[in-house]
Amino acid sequence: MSGDAAFVTSRLDEAIGWARKYSIFQYPFVTACCGMEYMATACSHYDIDRFGAGLPRFSPRQADVLFVVGTISQKMAPVLKRIYDQMAEPKWVVSFGVCTCTGGFYDNYATLMGIDTIIPVDVYIPGCPPRPEYVLDGLLKLQAKIQAQHESGRRSAREPRPELELEPWMPQR
Amino acid sequence: MDAAALIQALTERFADAVRGSHAYRGDATIVISRERLLDLAGTLKDDAAFQMNFLMDLTAVDFSVFGKGPSPAFFASSGVVVRPSAELPDEHPWPGPPGPARFIVVYHFFSLPLKHRLRVEVPLEEADAELDSVTSLWAGADWLEREVWDMFGIRFRGHANLKRILMYEQFVGHPLRKDYPVNKRQPLIEPDGDASSHSR
Amino acid sequence: MPRAIPDNPVGAPAAASGALETRDMLLNVGPAHPAMHGIIRIVARLDGEQIVNADVEIGYLHRGFEKMSETVDYNGVIPYTDRLNYVSPLINNVGYSMAVEKLLGISVPERCHYIRVIVSEISRITDHLTCVGASAMELGAFTVFLYMIKAREYLWELVESVTGARLTVSYCRVGGVKADLPEGFANQCRQAFEETRRVLAESDALLTRNRIFVDRMSGTGKISADDAISYGITGPFLRASGVPYDVRKDCPYASYDRLEFDVPVGTRGDNFDRYLVRMEEMQQSMRIVEQALRDMPPGPFQVNPQTGCPLPASEMVDQAKVGNIPAIRDAYAVTDPTLDGSAKPLRVSIATAEKRVFLPSKEDTYGNIEGLMQHFKLVMYGHGTRPPKGEVYFAVEGANGELGFYVVSDGGNTPYRVRVRPPCFAIMSALPKLIIGDMMADLTPTFGSINMIGGELDR
Repeated sequence: MSGDAAFVTSRLDEAIGWARKYSIFQYPFVTACCGMEYMATACSHYDIDRFGAGLPRFSPRQADVLFVVGTISQKMAPVLKRIYDQMAEPKWVVSFGVCTCTGGFYDNYATLMGIDTIIPVDVYIPGCPPRPEYVLDGLLKLQAKIQAQHESGRRSAREPRPELELEPWMPQR
Repeated sequence: MDAAALIQALTERFADAVRGSHAYRGDATIVISRERLLDLAGTLKDDAAFQMNFLMDLTAVDFSVFGKGPSPAFFASSGVVVRPSAELPDEHPWPGPPGPARFIVVYHFFSLPLKHRLRVEVPLEEADAELDSVTSLWAGADWLEREVWDMFGIRFRGHANLKRILMYEQFVGHPLRKDYPVNKRQPLIEPDGDASSHSR
Repeated sequence: MPRAIPDNPVGAPAAASGALETRDMLLNVGPAHPAMHGIIRIVARLDGEQIVNADVEIGYLHRGFEKMSETVDYNGVIPYTDRLNYVSPLINNVGYSMAVEKLLGISVPERCHYIRVIVSEISRITDHLTCVGASAMELGAFTVFLYMIKAREYLWELVESVTGARLTVSYCRVGGVKADLPEGFANQCRQAFEETRRVLAESDALLTRNRIFVDRMSGTGKISADDAISYGITGPFLRASGVPYDVRKDCPYASYDRLEFDVPVGTRGDNFDRYLVRMEEMQQSMRIVEQALRDMPPGPFQVNPQTGCPLPASEMVDQAKVGNIPAIRDAYAVTDPTLDGSAKPLRVSIATAEKRVFLPSKEDTYGNIEGLMQHFKLVMYGHGTRPPKGEVYFAVEGANGELGFYVVSDGGNTPYRVRVRPPCFAIMSALPKLIIGDMMADLTPTFGSINMIGGELDR
């Protein structure tokens, strides 16, 4: 690819990343207590819409980000897996609350010890439940990740890592 | 009716079935044999003296390890076992679990017109853990009995739809039994393949 | 299961002679469905738009509350109770701790009772706000939802100032509460209620005479008083059917018998009446809180201003070691705030004096040997609160109805069995009865008015 073409595609890619990260259509898979904080985050006090993630889609096929909110039980786990499979690429998963991260303090016969045992997770937001501020922070981290995914590859080839300045005690090249 | 009067009235009426009673902390409790459960429940519901129109709760207790908890030890490595002196003293102590039976099924009744509560306990042996269903008297007993079946494996005769309610059908065992380890997990099972579950 | 209309075969065309052939349709709703703000699964059998039969499956949030309770000590159950009805966790805290107190045969100071009433009622308002807001949203009234969550935030700020957490509060302890109300709470409460009242007035204006809302709510999800009692339904749901049963009135606990409030009762037992009952209950709850704040006995700081002088705990120990008793007789110990420097006199008013149940104040733990021993006896592995052998049932009025705890003790430091009577379990078991005969679209308001809370339903 010639220089100009690479420039255009990498700028385009960046633009896609930018557009994607500010138009997150989330699927809130709300099961338990964390749902209350999810509601609080989505409503006027904390207003998740400021970050371009204001529209929950209640269909996995229309969603980009799966918010797994609340404890996933052994009975619910296959359902979650199926919903994840139904989502179209590109897709990301946010594990919201400590139960979805690790199982929390429900270490028993009925609960799943973290959703990452069945589906891949992009961002973990711990807390039982996480305060809305944590959730917003987690969302920003996800946005950074979405943007970075679109800057990888070509972008990193174009902008090589800066040369390390060698100190006298380091092995010289 | 206060607790003592309630116990007395029932003991007189069901002299052959009542195996014990107490009013620990003011909760009127009678223990009856399972054969007369339906009679008793019917009387409680319809008799003008009792009018127990609410079946508030229905559950079970597994007494198999009652009082056999491990002794707490200071500094376990030293081997010194210390059993701390229990508890707060009791003026009218609880008479203990009803008999040697493994399970009891516990019913909590409440009468809205007369504002009294009653607990009825039915002891059940493990080998023959089965008793009559009270779904014919209270519609709410349906799910409660299913839950007891699910969690304890106690069967209810005459229940139309006795299947698991909280766990999935393929789950093996009954988790609230004391011999079911608290964190014993079982493999994940896909939901059943009936027509309605296919959303693909 | 009762059926309003005989079932037609599913799938295969009925053998119809002349008439248009019809067939029933099976419609699966859930366990993850946009119209269900909870995870249940309903397999409805439809004849056109009418629900002919319905099978409800629950258990998707079963996380072993009762089993977990058997593995932790008595106070350790409290965090688990937070997560039963997570919209009003304080009521669960109160119910559980009062059940264990009954088992122990102890009582708590009067001020503690009032504090429990205040926090319970604030929780009840948040619960009803969420319920009404969510069910209005599902009927298209999104504004109401935003308003109500706004009011809930104000109340959660109150809860946070008392408990330190917004949602999972773990505020009560067996034998008392964690901390007294903060300074300026009454004022803060007044402001939050002002906001809440404004929101309720606005929501009332938006909903109560709204043609769409009324048409969808009234006449749907009907249940008669007798049926409701037979299902064991309690709380606002039962009261909407005309039965004035309220645990706070009929079996009063804490200090409800000294507070004045009315129990709103509906007449028709439909969704609209449940909405009205909940709206009125929020007003009554605010009335209760205001009375309780007025009537509650003041903390000891206000009755007996300390006459002694403050003395750091370490210095007090030093003085005691050299036998300088006169110097410390009138002093009270103060500890570093980092050591959870709760003021000792405060604790007297909010927790039981029973030493085998409640942790001593930090001044005592760090300042004298009795306090240290008491603390160790309660926190060391295998020790802790050890109620006598026995069983009790204790009920409080949860936001959804009678919330009962049945606790069995075998004399050890962990409960032998904790059973919670979840109010919405009974209501959910009546769901097929409520929706059969209604239209499919009526499922949404009916389900909303049940206020199904997964943590409480499946435990």
